[in-house]
Amino acid sequence: MGRIKKCFNRLGKSKALVVFITAGDPDLETTVEMIPLLEKMGADIVELGIPFSDPMADGPVIQLSSERALASGTDLSKILDCVRKAREKTEVPIVLMGYLNPVHAYGYERFARDAAAAGVDGVLLVDMPPEEGSDFLEIADRAGLDTIFLLAPTSDHDRISAVSGMARGFVYYVTVTGVTGERAEVSGTLDSELSAIRNVITVPVVAGFGISTPEQAAAAARMADGVVVGSAVVRLFEKYSGEKLGRETGRFVASLKEAVNKSK
Amino acid sequence: MKRYPDKRGHFGEYGGRYVPETLMPALLELEKAYDFYRNDREFRQELEYYLREYVGRPTPLYFAGKLTARLGGAKIYLKREDLNHTGAHKVNNTIGQGLLARRMGKKRVIAETGAGMHGVATATIAALFGMECEVFMGEEDTRRQSQNLFRMRLLGAKVTPVSAGTATLKDAMNEALRNWVSTIRDTFYVIGTVAGPHPYPLMVRDFQSVIGREALKQHKRHEGRLPDALVACVGGGSNAIGLFAPFIRYPDVRLIGVEAAGEGIETGRHAAPLTAGSPGILHGNRTYLLQNRDGQITDAHSISAGLDYPGVGPEHAWLKDSGRGEYVAVTDSEALEAFSLLAHEEGILPALESSHAIAYAAKLAPRMTKGQSIVVSLSGRGDKDLQTVAAATGMKTGMSQQAGR
Repeated sequence: MGRIKKCFNRLGKSKALVVFITAGDPDLETTVEMIPLLEKMGADIVELGIPFSDPMADGPVIQLSSERALASGTDLSKILDCVRKAREKTEVPIVLMGYLNPVHAYGYERFARDAAAAGVDGVLLVDMPPEEGSDFLEIADRAGLDTIFLLAPTSDHDRISAVSGMARGFVYYVTVTGVTGERAEVSGTLDSELSAIRNVITVPVVAGFGISTPEQAAAAARMADGVVVGSAVVRLFEKYSGEKLGRETGRFVASLKEAVNKSK
Repeated sequence: MKRYPDKRGHFGEYGGRYVPETLMPALLELEKAYDFYRNDREFRQELEYYLREYVGRPTPLYFAGKLTARLGGAKIYLKREDLNHTGAHKVNNTIGQGLLARRMGKKRVIAETGAGMHGVATATIAALFGMECEVFMGEEDTRRQSQNLFRMRLLGAKVTPVSAGTATLKDAMNEALRNWVSTIRDTFYVIGTVAGPHPYPLMVRDFQSVIGREALKQHKRHEGRLPDALVACVGGGSNAIGLFAPFIRYPDVRLIGVEAAGEGIETGRHAAPLTAGSPGILHGNRTYLLQNRDGQITDAHSISAGLDYPGVGPEHAWLKDSGRGEYVAVTDSEALEAFSLLAHEEGILPALESSHAIAYAAKLAPRMTKGQSIVVSLSGRGDKDLQTVAAATGMKTGMSQQAGR
């Protein structure tokens, strides 16, 4: 059984906290240390962003984070090295999230093989909808990597069904019609949207985009199997560095976990 | 002959629909609407009406006799898209998409723009059809094309400068896509070139094909036969596809796309993905891109803002690989020489984009016989480029604005 499946099994009725950071922001040494720290402070799954020059689905916080990561010389093979090193210390499920072109340039076959060998569990490619995803899915399946697809408030029943057949690991529900980034509140219709999806999708459904405070995480976790917090964590990388960054990130993740745990 | 693209927008291994899930339903809705209206008589009549009465079509296919004599080879015909309302071919497409947006009940249009011509053409139709309009333009381009920025604002559009990334056309497109993701329910994204996710490459090609359809008829009238070669500049490639499309089925007509070699292909400072790039995925489609080994998009460089884009339409990628299209590149300085050549020989100031096509035609014509002919797409007029040309040639314009680059 893969680490993602094991994680949701272990959680049972409890909700998963998924924490996103950009690999290589501010440098890959920090990322290697951050992965076990995030787990220790409460992250059930770690999402590592693959930085891209043209992040069209991201708001300013993650755009800037990608720029910092690219400026520090991050590329996909170095990210896989970083996962390999982190795997010496932790069994937390690791999902790579990013845009298709860096993976395309690396080569699908080679990427799936190297990522699985490094200890990556899942891959979410934001600009690969199910229509364009079947080649990659087949290759990732063979390598034992979970391909994670997105659903959005604009997805109708047909699209939800299409994703259902291809979903591996979990489905990532984009809670806002918009880009990544903090929002003032969680959508009022989130519960009903999520229940429509959960009637069709058999794998766990996690909610992300626009969830930035413990209160929002708790609200979003009510109907989902987990929540993703990205920009609000990445913003700490904008403000702090060194030990202070570790301390502040740890404290924030712990507060998110506490809030999510209350919402069963 | 098999029709391209296929149902999912693939031109061979290029094209497709590589976008975040949030956009997929909107693209499917657009595809459905376009499939219906492209065959709807009333829609087509309305489109023809605006192209004739508002844009001023058909544009002439002008025999550039003095230029032909000077070059001493094949006859050169200029397809005068610069004479369209708004001064470039871009309006052919924005009229079409604007009418479609209106039929789909969308009240707001957005667009990306490089040189500003597509932004102006979108702001124009938004005014005409009574829609709200926001145009995203790289900050770098707002400086070198400040006149077009002003034109868009005069037309009532909101222009949002984009400072992310390289602050040029690709970043403007990223920002337009981000805005579209957030406003998908009431907003129509008017893409200005034959790139982006399906159905845009198909739809923009269809709207721009009026260039080639007219040129084919006009050339037959002048010469009684088909031309030997077509030459058009390629940034995203919309004027080139517009000219080429009706001729693709005639294998004896050479289709030549001219990319921007910038400071020279060997310097790495160029905007020629077909000449010196490799296939990848950007802005919703698989195509040739300027990218590094890690799949990061690299900066494009061209004196012409409209060609300053690291990708190209997927149909061009397919025409290149299949060998039906030929793609070459000319440098900034060759384009500037061609600008001046056409000004002196024919009294026409071409856009710097179109100057690339002129430059290649000027190389090609002397190698052909006097009985042969070339149709060159004069995709836009050069008024917007006076500052850039002045700065590049050290000539003073006497205008108070800062120099273009």
